[in-house]
Amino acid sequence: MHKIRIIPCLDVNNGRVVKGINFLDLVDAGDPITQAEYYSKNGADEICFLDISASIEGRPTIIDVVEKTAENVFIPLTVGGGIKSIENINNLLKAGADKVSINTAGILNHKLIIDSANKFGSQCIVCAVDAKKIKDSWKVFSHGGTINTGLEAIEWMQKLQSYGAGEILLTSMDKDGTKDGFDLDLLNLATKSLEIPVIASGGAGSSPHFKEAILKGGVNAVLAASVFHFNELSIKEVKNYLKEEGIKVRF
Amino acid sequence: MKDIIVLDYGLGNIKSVYQAIKKTAFENKISAKVKISNNVSDLDSSSHIVLPGQGAFKSCMDGLKSIPGIIDTLKQNVLVQKKPFFGICVGMQLLAKQSYENGKHEGLGWIDGEILKLPEKKLKLPHIGWNEVILTNPKNIFENFINNDYYFVHSYYFNCKDKNNEIAKTNYVIDFSSIVGKENIYGVQFHPEKSSDQGQAIISKFLSL
Repeated sequence: MHKIRIIPCLDVNNGRVVKGINFLDLVDAGDPITQAEYYSKNGADEICFLDISASIEGRPTIIDVVEKTAENVFIPLTVGGGIKSIENINNLLKAGADKVSINTAGILNHKLIIDSANKFGSQCIVCAVDAKKIKDSWKVFSHGGTINTGLEAIEWMQKLQSYGAGEILLTSMDKDGTKDGFDLDLLNLATKSLEIPVIASGGAGSSPHFKEAILKGGVNAVLAASVFHFNELSIKEVKNYLKEEGIKVRF
Repeated sequence: MKDIIVLDYGLGNIKSVYQAIKKTAFENKISAKVKISNNVSDLDSSSHIVLPGQGAFKSCMDGLKSIPGIIDTLKQNVLVQKKPFFGICVGMQLLAKQSYENGKHEGLGWIDGEILKLPEKKLKLPHIGWNEVILTNPKNIFENFINNDYYFVHSYYFNCKDKNNEIAKTNYVIDFSSIVGKENIYGVQFHPEKSSDQGQAIISKFLSL
């Protein structure tokens, strides 16, 4: 049986983890490799790095981080944040990333999705979508959620699918950081409208939230950050709960 | 000393495969030299050959063909000299006679079968994530290492014509061959290099051949 994926996301700034596990006495909690190894050993099905380096000087450090992680961690690694070109993607994949996550650059330039899916294969192109409910529908926001693009989220995701995206990482801006559960209506509408897998993001606060995202939202992967980093929940705890609820997970 | 070549033909996340083999050899105390190469003389002097692969079947096959003499050298090493061969993902699919991914394309044809698309609509495609690999042929080198979860990413599958060549199967809407094998030739649809400890157990078994 196919298993549900649980994916912890780590924010990396200038090569250092700035949002990651902070409940353990890790030798170096800022070290992305240490953090990725910890999660890999503790039930993560994949790892996601989000590069939040604002400066141009900070950018190349992620390549080094990915290279060292890939030498030590043998589960899939997705890297996102600031990806703008085929060259960026090529460098990350060469360094050992399995997938890249593209957001704003794909909105500004659709061809980047088409070209990268053609060149590297859909399996490594994850399209990240930040959606916020305005009146009765969800709009897509770009530039880290600061600009309303006016695009309808569902239509945009269908377009991304037709451009060759392999997966959609869908973040509800309304729910992100609230810890009161995922936006189930958004997830449900997205999974019903798409043929490619959807990864739910934004709102995880308890194990039942994961269950709802899977059963009511229809997703087969869930991404979460703070709830794991602060040990409010462990991945194993979530998986044990899901297993009891009859959902297939990997141990 | 094992001399392992990871064949580089310009496609796929070759480095992950290379790193996983190196780490597996180290942790299992297997004395091995691992090299990424597309050089025919490296293939000739190798003891084990690994063929990774990602993306479309045709671009992988074209990538192989674009290296002068590589297919003949592979045939000589694998079919005549019977060196252990391990195909991963599309590298496994290339073993089939043909693929129907975006048209009809010829493969290496070393294991009788064809590459078909997984059924659409019922479940999401690509099939991405961890899934169970179930042993169907009990007499093989991977005997003790399967019935575990491995990481898959694919939309097409190996339809084995001769079930004697199927070592294990996986279910995603339908049952498909997730490990195929014939004499010294092995292929896995999943990514052992991304399948944590279980993946390394399979790599270790291949390296011990």
